[in-house]
Amino acid sequence: MKSKLQQSLEAGKFTITSEMAPPKGTDFSHILSIAEDIKDRVVAANVTDFQSAAVKASSLSMCIELERIGLESVLQMTGRDRNRIAIQGELLSAAHFGVKNLLALTGDHPVVGDNPQAKPVFEFDSVSILQAAVILNGGKDLAGNPLEGTPNFFLGASVTPVFDPIEVQIMKMRSKIAAGAKFFQTQGVYDVETMRELKKQTEGMDCYILAGIIPLKSPGMARYMNNNVPGIRVPEEAIERLSKAENKEEEGIRISGEYIAQLKDEGLCDGVHIMAIGAEENVPKILDVAGL
Amino acid sequence: MIVSQKKPFEEVLGYLDDVETVVLTGCADCASLCKTGGEDEIAELTAALEAEGKKVLASKVLTTSCSLLLNRKELKEIKDEIKAADAVISMACGDGVQTVAKNVKKATYPSNDTMFVGETVRQGVFQEMCKTCGECVLGRTAAICPITRCGKSLLNGACGGSKDGKCEVIPENECAWIEIYEKLKEVGKEAELEAVQPLRDYKDRTYPQTIDLRKQAKKGA
Ligand code: SF4
Ligand code: SF4
Repeated sequence: MKSKLQQSLEAGKFTITSEMAPPKGTDFSHILSIAEDIKDRVVAANVTDFQSAAVKASSLSMCIELERIGLESVLQMTGRDRNRIAIQGELLSAAHFGVKNLLALTGDHPVVGDNPQAKPVFEFDSVSILQAAVILNGGKDLAGNPLEGTPNFFLGASVTPVFDPIEVQIMKMRSKIAAGAKFFQTQGVYDVETMRELKKQTEGMDCYILAGIIPLKSPGMARYMNNNVPGIRVPEEAIERLSKAENKEEEGIRISGEYIAQLKDEGLCDGVHIMAIGAEENVPKILDVAGL
Repeated sequence: MIVSQKKPFEEVLGYLDDVETVVLTGCADCASLCKTGGEDEIAELTAALEAEGKKVLASKVLTTSCSLLLNRKELKEIKDEIKAADAVISMACGDGVQTVAKNVKKATYPSNDTMFVGETVRQGVFQEMCKTCGECVLGRTAAICPITRCGKSLLNGACGGSKDGKCEVIPENECAWIEIYEKLKEVGKEAELEAVQPLRDYKDRTYPQTIDLRKQAKKGA
């Protein structure tokens, strides 16, 4: 059976996904209670894979929990920590537990994370993880050995629309599509022009694009991201709006909600992917503002 | 060349607790060029060891520390001193140290850390250029090595982590994949980067590897 995410995109619906991070520790209760609150508002939720190279519970463990409460999951998988044996094994395990979507990523380098002493693997990058998933979907492992039970992953990847030169990202998108990616979730975007440009650049490409939304909590956060996070460009107007607002978090929610509505009105993407980074409980409020 | 760096003197001294007399061997190749195993460094290490009460019985800059036969011949010139010494300190790369150790049959210690295969950018400045991956892709990457110059050794183009053209991993470095793109673009070949790269076969890279040209020639014939 196709995943809900695939069905929604293929049906041409404006599709909403969000992102959740497994806890650093063994207590999943907080994040799972939020999952309960958002599960009727999003089609699926990505689970990050040791995001920012930080030690946490694994993506698969949380995907299993989400599937159990009826929220479809998107397993994020990076090449940073696993060789091809571990990647294939993790994918087979995920499929067994009912995970149907995969987002392939290269992964941040350990040096930017919280255990910078780690040895990086990077045997596979995003493109080769997609290649591996396609081969597993075909009933064999990478060495050609037959599988007992075959997964059927709906495959996605990421793209960073604010990148210089942008052609480098567009070409990589083409490689990812050639390797099997059907949908893309973008790095956080904040201005309509960026998505207009991406739409133009990806004209005719056989894929769905979900615009990444990272709600802002304060002008400080916006400035920090502008200076430190690759591919993020928060426009000055948004920072000013936040500065003037009495309740910064509410204003950030409004900015995101209005932006989503605008993207939808102009038909600039097939949906949005909300990455609320530690404030996932705001996802329903953002969608309320967006009228979704 | 193989770029090495001096170990902290205390670490070298740490090997020599029970050692009173040593022979030092340098290397006229890479280790001389990166100032870790030439005449000057031998003089420096000799002085430092003697200040600690050790006796340096002899020293010699070998032509090529990593050549088993050549350095066997050259070591004969100081064979009596080696025989008399408690230990040998090889001031070469890790390869040279092992080769010297095979020839001297004495406790042999390194004075250097071996860092990388690299380029001398200018005097005293070295940059890592090749990870000796055994499947060179420079032919399609504008002679810029993605295995070494990309902080994640990516084969399929840039990650999303570059900021202002710099690498996510070591921000002083350029993003190799942006450099590769720019250089290929100059000759109109950038579209070739879209090709999905075949998965690498690491079974061929189990180590230690041996290359025997004579065996290869026989096989080929
Ligand atoms: S691709 Fe890079 S690491 Fe491999 S042999 Fe060529 S230069 Fe060396
Ligand atoms: S920023 Fe560029 S060089 Fe650095 S890891 Fe990413 S692709 Fe490689």
